[in-house]
Amino acid sequence: MSDTHAHSAAFVRTEQVPPAPPPASATGPVKWAKDNLFSTPLYSVLTVAALYVIYVILGNTLPWIFSGVWNTSSLAECREVLDGVSGGCFSVLTERWNQLLFGFKYPVDQYWRPSLAFVLFFAAAAPVLFYKMPRKLLLFTAIFPFLAYWLIWGGTILTPILALVGVVAGYFVYQRFVAGSFAAGFFGGIAAAFVVWIIGGLLIPDNANEGAMLRAVPSRDLGGFMLNMMLGVACVSLSVPLGIALALGRQSDMPLIKWICVVFIEFIRGVPLITLLFVASVMLAYFFPPGTTTDLFLRVVIMITMFSAAYIAEVIRGGLAALPRGQYEAADSLGLDYPQAMRLIILPQALKISIPGIVNVAVGLFKDTTLVSVISMFDLVGMIRGPILASTEWNGVYWELLGFAALLFFVVCYGISQYSQWLERQLATDHR
Amino acid sequence: MKKTVIFGALTAAGMAAGAAAAGTLDDVKARGTLNCGVTTGLVGFAAPDANGEWDGFDVAVCRAVAAAVLGDPTAVEFVPTTGKTRFTALASGEIDMLARNTTWTFSRDVDLKFTFVGVNYYDGQGFMVPKDLGVSSAKDLDGATVCIQTGTTTELNLADFFRSNNISYEPVPIETNAEAQQQYLAGACDVYTTDASGLAATRATFEAPGDHVLLPEIISKEPLGPLVRHGDNEWGDVVRWTLNALISAEELGITSTNIGEMGAGTNNPEINRILGTEGTLGEMLGLDADWAMKAISAGGNYGEIFEGNIGESTPIGLARGLNAQWTDGGLLYSPPFR
Repeated sequence: MSDTHAHSAAFVRTEQVPPAPPPASATGPVKWAKDNLFSTPLYSVLTVAALYVIYVILGNTLPWIFSGVWNTSSLAECREVLDGVSGGCFSVLTERWNQLLFGFKYPVDQYWRPSLAFVLFFAAAAPVLFYKMPRKLLLFTAIFPFLAYWLIWGGTILTPILALVGVVAGYFVYQRFVAGSFAAGFFGGIAAAFVVWIIGGLLIPDNANEGAMLRAVPSRDLGGFMLNMMLGVACVSLSVPLGIALALGRQSDMPLIKWICVVFIEFIRGVPLITLLFVASVMLAYFFPPGTTTDLFLRVVIMITMFSAAYIAEVIRGGLAALPRGQYEAADSLGLDYPQAMRLIILPQALKISIPGIVNVAVGLFKDTTLVSVISMFDLVGMIRGPILASTEWNGVYWELLGFAALLFFVVCYGISQYSQWLERQLATDHR
Repeated sequence: MKKTVIFGALTAAGMAAGAAAAGTLDDVKARGTLNCGVTTGLVGFAAPDANGEWDGFDVAVCRAVAAAVLGDPTAVEFVPTTGKTRFTALASGEIDMLARNTTWTFSRDVDLKFTFVGVNYYDGQGFMVPKDLGVSSAKDLDGATVCIQTGTTTELNLADFFRSNNISYEPVPIETNAEAQQQYLAGACDVYTTDASGLAATRATFEAPGDHVLLPEIISKEPLGPLVRHGDNEWGDVVRWTLNALISAEELGITSTNIGEMGAGTNNPEINRILGTEGTLGEMLGLDADWAMKAISAGGNYGEIFEGNIGESTPIGLARGLNAQWTDGGLLYSPPFR
């Protein structure tokens, strides 16, 4: 056989070809580009077109950003410095930096207070967001709302302490009675808190704010991105528990509770947020006698919280509906009562399913806080559209200011979104 | 119109609640500050500066009233209002007066139950065109494309003007002033029309303001002035005569620099009556004898306030025009102080 073979073939390799790296066209970036960018003529055309678009965009924006001016005191001066060259007048950001972040009326020497509250916010949020942190840190989280209130609004320390005492009293009453009946504990706790607040409110003297350690700052003086953050944090953290309660209430067997929740959710969802804000700012003033109006910030928080709670309730109801019937039956067969079943079996699973939806609502809510600018509260967008663009120095600067606002909001919203994806991966117990 | 009816009903409700309260003048004195409604920001008329201090043409009226009533031009709590919240803020008693470039119209005066105490700026709808267009009169604008904010009275005024002059135009509807600026600069329209003061303020922000001209025609009446609630005439008088004092001061040559001198007494009895060295005008208003002196010292007379905030030396560069004294051919005409 070998003989015939030797005659029929002109050449026979006798040794193995040494291994060689794949040719340049079949490896590395070239292959990647060939496979992904130029695999067919159509894709090649699209790639080239896309590259051209990116080039045009960057070619116009990068010089604009890099030749930007950061240290002039008015738009006219900035244009003089630029002298016809395309460039951004970023000096509006440096000159109005404090106004963008804190509004134009917060006392300048007190900026450290909201800043400190902002830093402490991360410490308080960490044990809630990352469940592997030591559980004892939750104690700080519980104190934080009162601490932050005191830092930002200042005034007498008795107010936040009274609020805290009321909550603690309510909690103890709840603990005492919840073993007997959930409803007795729940409503008893709320009643106890209100009793403490009303009695304590009478005890605090009217002039307690004078000579307080931290100067009192009225709500009207809050503004800038600080206001967006405060509204966002307060409303998200209040609307999630309220949303859970509403979702459970809507599934309740008790007709009264069920119908209250249904009517609340459907009514609030059927009304635009801006309408609720107008009600908060304009209409409520007519129903209170002059001088006794509730704080505007509080009114807005209540309205936004109600609005987002209705949405979150529907998201969680979706999570509850997605649980197999067997889970409810399993909880019943273990002999768990309703609160135990919800707390231990149903809600952990339902909330896990609902995470993307809740985060979606939270991101939307955070951006919706800019709507308060229409009721003349000076949040970040309100500051830009009102005082800054209306000043003689900076009238006419649009891209720099609104781009900066977009950047701030993007950072926060992208952070929220990344966190939720991380949390979903952490909680993934199925085998996919 | 429906909105107006609702506002009117609300206002009536607010009035019923407010009628029981004491007079606004007493409230302001007891409180120690004047709650004055202003815009959330309009170039030259009201805006806080980098230090958060409110400044502007409308703001000066608030400061003058505060100076007259409380003796301190800084004793003002500025309440920023939007076009949507301004009337309810006034009707509900949240603010004592509104100085927010608000046009004096029949329905606002009668139906919404407010009292316009006077006019501090006579505005009107005007036209801005690029200089290259070579147009010197609005009547030459036949066939032009016009940027116009939709849903405003300016839209109706524009249609009326072109129809009555028997010329044609093509409207480019836009939503906000910011959008209008961009469209106009991009050449989407030949002409931009809105209130003349707004046009001047807009032009001031352009890179090359000199390339654009405001045409001489003013095609509508927009008298802007401070207003108070119906039903409290004493307070209305205080605001009205503070504004009149500023206007009369310019007419009589009282300025912030010579007021100290004139306050010692002059040969002109009307100046003496205004400044409180003769007569009891202050007492009649329920104020100190030198109320007008304090009001004029706060920011100067009308002319000084105009020049300092929106006049020709500022970037906005408005000419006095209709807002000159009647002796100079304008419309400013204060009733006599006697």
